[in-house]
Amino acid sequence: MVGQHHDEPGHGGHVISYGRYILIWFGLLALTGTTVALAGIDLGRWIIITALTIASIKSLLVLNIFMHLQFEARVFRVFVTVAALTLTIFIVLTFFDYAFY
Amino acid sequence: MTTHATTAPSVSHVHRDDVGSRMGMWLFLFTELILFGGMFIVYAVYRFRHPAEFHLAAGELDVFVGTVNTIILLTSSLTVAMSITAIQGGRKHLTLALVGMTIMLAVAFLVNKYFEWGHKFEIGLYPQSPELLARPNGEILYFGLYYMMTGVHALHVLIGMVVLAVMVVSISRDTITKDSYVRLESGALYWHLVDIIWIFLFPLFYLLH
Repeated sequence: MVGQHHDEPGHGGHVISYGRYILIWFGLLALTGTTVALAGIDLGRWIIITALTIASIKSLLVLNIFMHLQFEARVFRVFVTVAALTLTIFIVLTFFDYAFY
Repeated sequence: MTTHATTAPSVSHVHRDDVGSRMGMWLFLFTELILFGGMFIVYAVYRFRHPAEFHLAAGELDVFVGTVNTIILLTSSLTVAMSITAIQGGRKHLTLALVGMTIMLAVAFLVNKYFEWGHKFEIGLYPQSPELLARPNGEILYFGLYYMMTGVHALHVLIGMVVLAVMVVSISRDTITKDSYVRLESGALYWHLVDIIWIFLFPLFYLLH
């Protein structure tokens, strides 16, 4: 599971090549193009789902590579997951008040 | 148990915990997540209650300007991420150039925002304007959220620029170096968060067609 890491996670100092960063940047630009193109099509209620899915994928790329989360100790990823889940719970619970009455 | 008093440890050993420093930064970023998260919840509820008005009001936003600003922020994230690789390799001038480029891109983002907001003000669409107040409730809420959320985000861009400017000074004075660059990492983390917030703001406000 940690085989892809070149050094011990959590000690910092992991070097990511410029090429890899640029590759991720191209991916982010492609996803931006996709989400803009999809907005031109009438997808009905799917529009919000596709937009948020693409935004989430973009965020994961930024978090994992640009923010080095992939190379940090496991506890960093646990923290981020808990934070994201907390916000999701807030949003879902809020909609129990608005969506079903 | 008597030992000679020694001053050696405090002189030769400087305690440093880079992982702890980065974790502190991440914890701070979570508070930012909750700050924006609260506003995203308000947005979600009002959009759910006024889908047609949100759809109509979003049509007034310029998708092109929004897309350009998205590309600008994604590119600024790239340059600040690359600056970490540069400092790790001890390439001081390249690091300075990359952080400098990030600041320039931030300026470009804010200039775009200035013209975008300026145009909205010109056509009378600003908070409490007679033109806006004459519209249905949902549109008033949409523009209220638009100004609030992109405004707080722009404030973060401004703060990020100050943070990055401090980094430029530190790098040129060699207080951030190949062997000690956790401050630059933390500054970059803040900048990436600003990018991630925009990644969500962009489709939620501009791509509602």
